[in-house]
Amino acid sequence: MSPTLVRRVIKPLVFVSCSIPALILLWRALELGGSDLGTNPIEKIQDTLGQWGLRLLVITLAITPLRDWFSAPWLISLRRMLGVYAFFYVLLHFLTWLILDQSLYWPGILSDIGKRPFITIGFAALLLLLPLAITSTNGMMRRLGRRWKTLHRLIYPIALLGVWHYYWQVKADVREPLVYVTIVVVLLGWRWWKRRLKPAARPKPGVASAG
Amino acid sequence: MLIRRPQPGDSANIQPSQITTETVYLDRRRLLQAALATGVSGIGSAWAAEQQPAVTVLKSKRNPAYVAPEPPNKYEDIGTDKGSPAVNSTKFKPKPWSVNITGQAEVTGKFSLEDILKPHPLEERIYRMRCVEAWSMVIPWVGIPLGAMLQRFKPTAKAKYVAFKTVMRPTEMSGQQMPVLQWPYVEGLRIDEAMHPLALLAVGIYGKTLPNQNGAPLRLVTPWKYGFKGIKSIVEISFVEREPATSWNIAAADEYGFFANVNPQVDHPRWTQARERRIGGGLFDARVPTQLFNGYAREIGSLYKGMDLKKFY
Repeated sequence: MSPTLVRRVIKPLVFVSCSIPALILLWRALELGGSDLGTNPIEKIQDTLGQWGLRLLVITLAITPLRDWFSAPWLISLRRMLGVYAFFYVLLHFLTWLILDQSLYWPGILSDIGKRPFITIGFAALLLLLPLAITSTNGMMRRLGRRWKTLHRLIYPIALLGVWHYYWQVKADVREPLVYVTIVVVLLGWRWWKRRLKPAARPKPGVASAG
Repeated sequence: MLIRRPQPGDSANIQPSQITTETVYLDRRRLLQAALATGVSGIGSAWAAEQQPAVTVLKSKRNPAYVAPEPPNKYEDIGTDKGSPAVNSTKFKPKPWSVNITGQAEVTGKFSLEDILKPHPLEERIYRMRCVEAWSMVIPWVGIPLGAMLQRFKPTAKAKYVAFKTVMRPTEMSGQQMPVLQWPYVEGLRIDEAMHPLALLAVGIYGKTLPNQNGAPLRLVTPWKYGFKGIKSIVEISFVEREPATSWNIAAADEYGFFANVNPQVDHPRWTQARERRIGGGLFDARVPTQLFNGYAREIGSLYKGMDLKKFY
């Protein structure tokens, strides 16, 4: 894959694709073309945004393994954008809960974050995502140097918290959350396996290796 | 200000104008089925039997005891376009139908639905419906009082509870093929709850026979309890001595109690029950406060006198 093709075509294409779920929601919220969000629009918005947040987190996490499996180094150039999009959807998911679902009713919001384990977990994932989003600029990457990579390994616990949050939210039929759990376990397990296989390939043990 | 804060007493009285519109109601069921199919959520006696095409208009008299004095509006002039479920199937056959009456009663046996209903004039009752997942609706049911119907079978002194069972037809109700719950669905009431005048055996909704996905042809409605107690497509009613094991209780006892009375003070382990979303509202409508026994405390409260509602949730 030529770098120009990646920069000029693939990246913009991925950028536009990632915005489509949000645009569809907006389209349906404005009831354009006879569409709507169904009977419980708030739940629909919240679920859709949360689903896409989780999907994009998993896709971001899959980039490095996919690069290795298919010898496609160019994939890495998509990773940061996908990660920022994951944050974008997770943030909107949270704001939907805060503003539309809870109507900024603070006593309810604070007690839910403290007392409901699945909300606590989701909120923790959001908090951990914040530093990653803030340090996603070129300037920050330069400034942090090697520490950037270490910091951005936070995506591992974030992904686990994300699927856990989803799993606990479901009432009885946990098949779909289990699919996510499986994928995340495979993606993280593969990283662990790779580290075990090639300890020598790492420059300094415990500092940094492939993200 | 777009965002309206919840006011105390918001749902103190049902006005017919508050009835959830029929399209919205049917659409809600469709959504829930879709959600169940993808595992996003689940619902009461969750199964995905689909809408039958033929719906009969039911003649009933509105029971003034269960409705505010204003004339009805809204739900009578509703189209069906949005109400048509995503999955169309005519597989489920609610006719002919019979119900097995068993257990501690002088009269038992298999009775046709017509025989079960015959002595009782159909009533329309407008009830609040509060789902355990913190949303609510206002629904006009058509049915008969459960207690009066049960009395005909002369339950004995040993009849301490009433157990209900849903029909088991996995080929017609695809949800029963999924191991989400232990099928068939089982629900139960204490005998005094079952005999309470508020408990309704419904055969219709919005003036018509129950659509398949809403529990055709016969379902339970206990408006002071969470929606999942409203068992659908009932084929067996048993008078029993001991508290029956109920489906959601078996699946997750800490989350779904046998009583399942609506109570804003007793939270679900994973979410608060203090407030509820009224289906059919706008994007910026706030949740309304949930009321003890879903607003039926005056009628129903004496049933639970002296009971620790936190323990018997």
